[in-house]
Amino acid sequence: MVWTDTDPMVSIKDLHKSFGALEVLKGVSMDIMKGEVICIIGPSGSGKSTLIRCVNALNNFQSGSILVEGQEVNDPDLDKLELRKKVGMVFQQYNLFPHKTAIENIMMAPLLVLKDKKEDVEKLARGLIKKVRLEGKEDSYPGELSGGQQQRVAIARSLAMNPDVMLFDEVTAALDPETVNEVLQTIRDLAEDGMTCILVTHEMGFAREVADHIYFTDRGVIVEHGPPATFFDAAKDPRTIEFLGQIL
Amino acid sequence: MNNQTHKIMPVMMLTPKPRPDDRFQLRPWHGLVLIVVCIAASIPAAFAATDPGRASTWDILVQWMPLLLKGFIFNIIISISAMALGTLAGAALGLGQISLNPVVRKFAWITTQFFRNAPWLVLLFFAMFLLPFEWKIFGLTIPLPDWLKAMFGLALPVMANVSEIVRGAVVSLPSGQWEAAESLAFSRTQVLWRIILPQCVKRMLPPWMNLYSILTMATVLASIVGVSEVMTLTGQALAAEGGRSDLLIPFYSFVLFLFFVYCYPIARLTVRLEKKFAVKT
Ligand SMILES: Nc1ncnc2c1ncn2[C@@H]1O[C@H](COP(=O)(O)OP(=O)(O)O)[C@@H](O)[C@H]1O
Ligand SMILES: [Mg+2]
Repeated sequence: MVWTDTDPMVSIKDLHKSFGALEVLKGVSMDIMKGEVICIIGPSGSGKSTLIRCVNALNNFQSGSILVEGQEVNDPDLDKLELRKKVGMVFQQYNLFPHKTAIENIMMAPLLVLKDKKEDVEKLARGLIKKVRLEGKEDSYPGELSGGQQQRVAIARSLAMNPDVMLFDEVTAALDPETVNEVLQTIRDLAEDGMTCILVTHEMGFAREVADHIYFTDRGVIVEHGPPATFFDAAKDPRTIEFLGQIL
Repeated sequence: MNNQTHKIMPVMMLTPKPRPDDRFQLRPWHGLVLIVVCIAASIPAAFAATDPGRASTWDILVQWMPLLLKGFIFNIIISISAMALGTLAGAALGLGQISLNPVVRKFAWITTQFFRNAPWLVLLFFAMFLLPFEWKIFGLTIPLPDWLKAMFGLALPVMANVSEIVRGAVVSLPSGQWEAAESLAFSRTQVLWRIILPQCVKRMLPPWMNLYSILTMATVLASIVGVSEVMTLTGQALAAEGGRSDLLIPFYSFVLFLFFVYCYPIARLTVRLEKKFAVKT
């Protein structure tokens, strides 16, 4: 069966993942369609990071299935590099390469991995810098940028690979409150452009605004999920209600 | 009771932590002090040599200086070549220690531990007595003089230490660097050579230079196995002067002085680099 873009972009079925004896994901399933934005929320340690790191094979997993555009991630013969070209990821700690300038950070992967032409890549990178509103910071080193600016470079760096899906793991959690919004705005722009996004976040207002679907995880299972209106205003599970009560 | 702790706490928190600047550091005047001490130590000996008919200590030393300097240059040549060889082999071994292949990793680890925990002098003896005095390949005879064997012997511990410096620098980088690079679809080789190792160079430079200083000072061990480096020549010079005990301190002070003049700037530069990199990262 050939994957078409009316099938889920990412399809997770009964995912189980353990670190040694610790079972972190206990049968997680979700489907993400092309152009959808989904938010995963839940208490710390509930396995949100582990879940999205399985999607781009940064973590392996014991059983279940993840299909990315129809390609099985749990396949021992999986070409991880091919998978990762399709799936971008942004981290809480930015993880920019400190020995490269902002624009070099963005250009590195297209040059070295995709082997694109330097002029094309430079043009692309300048466009992305503009998109994340960092004109003038091209030649700054990460150490010279604020957290919010670094995070936007990290988003641009990931976008430079022209991914089909973006994973965001609490990308505003390490930021000063003043800079959170500039990063959220960048993600909002992306969502509006139709990028498929899987976001782990604690920004409830933002989740309600941009998400098509919200998943609440606790101790390795999805407790409850639904569109934002239902999820936030008519949560049924006591664990969800308690969590929302603490956070809102 | 509670009140008291409340009073004490702010005081403790205000106690200034020692800043890096307050810690002990080599300063130029430390070097001057050492030189002055050396010279002062040789003065009594110089005065003891006022016996007419015997040449003054200073004149004798000046007379031997060119030879001693030649010996010292030999020490430097040994140190540089042992460092170059040890660094090449050690870098390979260090990368072996972080290889994904468990056999390579184990082998590199054992080799590193073995040579890192062996006394340098013992390794030197092994090299002297295990290596042949000449090497025959393809009908070609390559002689292996003693100094070359000593160079190999000293390169072994350098290799093991460089291996640890490389491994330590690589594992000291935050794992986020690997993850970010991997999620951008870089291959492992690319991650290592393009992202990880370039960042490690800065971290490796100070301990590597430190190692070089230690190696330079260890080259005098080669005198024990008969290489004509500066210590051997000093001993021969003293013997040629009839073993005059008043010459011992001036001669060995001169050797100390040579090593100091060579190693001290390296130590200064190491400290400077350490400081510079500490601020930036
Ligand atoms: N590499 C690892 N090795 C062992 N345990 C891990 C590892 N990564 C995460 N864990 C554990 O898995 C659980 C879920 O972690 P994580 O997915 O980071 O949760 P979240 O992102 O929801 O806070 C935690 O108990 C954590 O300690
Ligand atoms: Mg997390």
